[in-house]
Amino acid sequence: MEWIDTIVQGALLGGLYALFAAGLSLMFGVMRIVNIAHGDLIVFSSYLALVVVQSLGIGPFAALPLVAIGMFILGYVLQRGLLNFTLGSDVLPPLLVTFGLSIIIENGLQQVFSADPQRLPAGTIDTASLNLGGGLVVGWLAVIVFVTAVAVIAALELLLYRTAIGRAFRATSDDADTARLYGVDTRHIFAVATAISLAVVSVAGVLLAIRTTFDPSMGPARLIYAFEAVIIGGLGSLWGTLIGGVVLGIAQSVGIVLNPAWDLLAGHVVFLLVLVFRPRGLFPKLVD
Amino acid sequence: MSQLEIRDLVAFYGDFQALFGISLHLDAGECIAIVGANGAGKSTLLRGITGLLPVAAESVRFEGAAIGSLPPHRIIARGIAMTPEGRRLFPSLSVEENLLMGAQCGRKGPWDLARIYGLFPGLAERKKSPATALSGGQQQMVAIGRALLANPTLLLCDEISLGLAPIVIRDLYAVFASIRGEGTSLVIVEQDVSRALSLADRVYCLQEGRVTLEGRPGDLSREQIRLAYFGT
Repeated sequence: MEWIDTIVQGALLGGLYALFAAGLSLMFGVMRIVNIAHGDLIVFSSYLALVVVQSLGIGPFAALPLVAIGMFILGYVLQRGLLNFTLGSDVLPPLLVTFGLSIIIENGLQQVFSADPQRLPAGTIDTASLNLGGGLVVGWLAVIVFVTAVAVIAALELLLYRTAIGRAFRATSDDADTARLYGVDTRHIFAVATAISLAVVSVAGVLLAIRTTFDPSMGPARLIYAFEAVIIGGLGSLWGTLIGGVVLGIAQSVGIVLNPAWDLLAGHVVFLLVLVFRPRGLFPKLVD
Repeated sequence: MSQLEIRDLVAFYGDFQALFGISLHLDAGECIAIVGANGAGKSTLLRGITGLLPVAAESVRFEGAAIGSLPPHRIIARGIAMTPEGRRLFPSLSVEENLLMGAQCGRKGPWDLARIYGLFPGLAERKKSPATALSGGQQQMVAIGRALLANPTLLLCDEISLGLAPIVIRDLYAVFASIRGEGTSLVIVEQDVSRALSLADRVYCLQEGRVTLEGRPGDLSREQIRLAYFGT
């Protein structure tokens, strides 16, 4: 029974990792750039939520739409005003610029909010639990996080495969020059992709902040989890990313049962095993 | 006034100069052919017209406006569409999605999905297939259909016949009659000179980034064309 409990808790945690990863995956898919600042942007959105909650006196769930709109706009401006200028045949400039951005965000947050851990209390939902019978009890919050992850990924799938802008995303990903030839303004499309990515990031950031304490230095570790979820699931497949997150979450919670110091280690070991035996991930989709 | 007027067009790839003052014109409804050997600058010229390669604004005028410095999405919105060399279909999109990419610019006109499927009946039954699963000839049909869905008033075709069987090429060229029937002007770029001459009202021969010969196919001798094509 303890093992089932461990696996269920881990799988639910995986939903959060999938949320971390979905935005990263979208930006990589459309622009082929790896956003090193992704983890710090997650933490940034947690702080943005903190500011909204404290200044408006509303709950974190009510603050989420506002934070998401703010991050959407920030994403558009960031891509149009900065990252678009780093794109080209060389892969290094976007890496270096987002790496710099990562450092600026982390230190900026530390300057303004100090290094003290913060938390977004969500009221009774924090501790409410759901009895699944047979001694299996899960937290409502963990369930909400997981359901949100599934909903966000389903929405992204619909966007990519059922809308004109999703078609433009995929065409641009295939061949940006030819997409431009057919009337796709790639500078705009890239900016929309980053905007959507950061809106997803804001969902991850707010849920992270409700679930646990956060501080300015925790961005890079979230980036690693996001990477691992994307790679385990297979590049280019959003449902694969969800499964990648779940695998990572289960690995971590099984690791922690075996030895309380092993949680992160277990996650990284599973990631490396996948790289060794299935280098293209469990559900690869991207072909090139 | 000409529909398309190119005057003293120069183009560079970095330090390498590919075009040395090309001048040509095209009247509405006309079909011109641009022939020349590999590296003569044919594709560069088309990249300059479509905005993929930025050129001086005044060197390309379309329907009276200087368009040389516009980005590609603004140029297709004005009614110039191209089927690029090598087809360049989007591999992760289905046949129908590839076609719909042409409609992305939102121009109204005679061409819609139903008419494209009427023009190329083989595509309708394959519309859910990945575009790259089709035969070379059908892929070229998708590329032409995609360009037509932009409802262009000027269609540029880069090496349509490259790598295709003669019978497939004949079928593809047959559809140009329907395309011209809508009043669409055509620029055909070909290495296959006789194919180009059979269709075109006028022909330009390019060699090393310069126009070396211009005229009506009936007025040009094979010897003149051979000289303009190969030099020496």
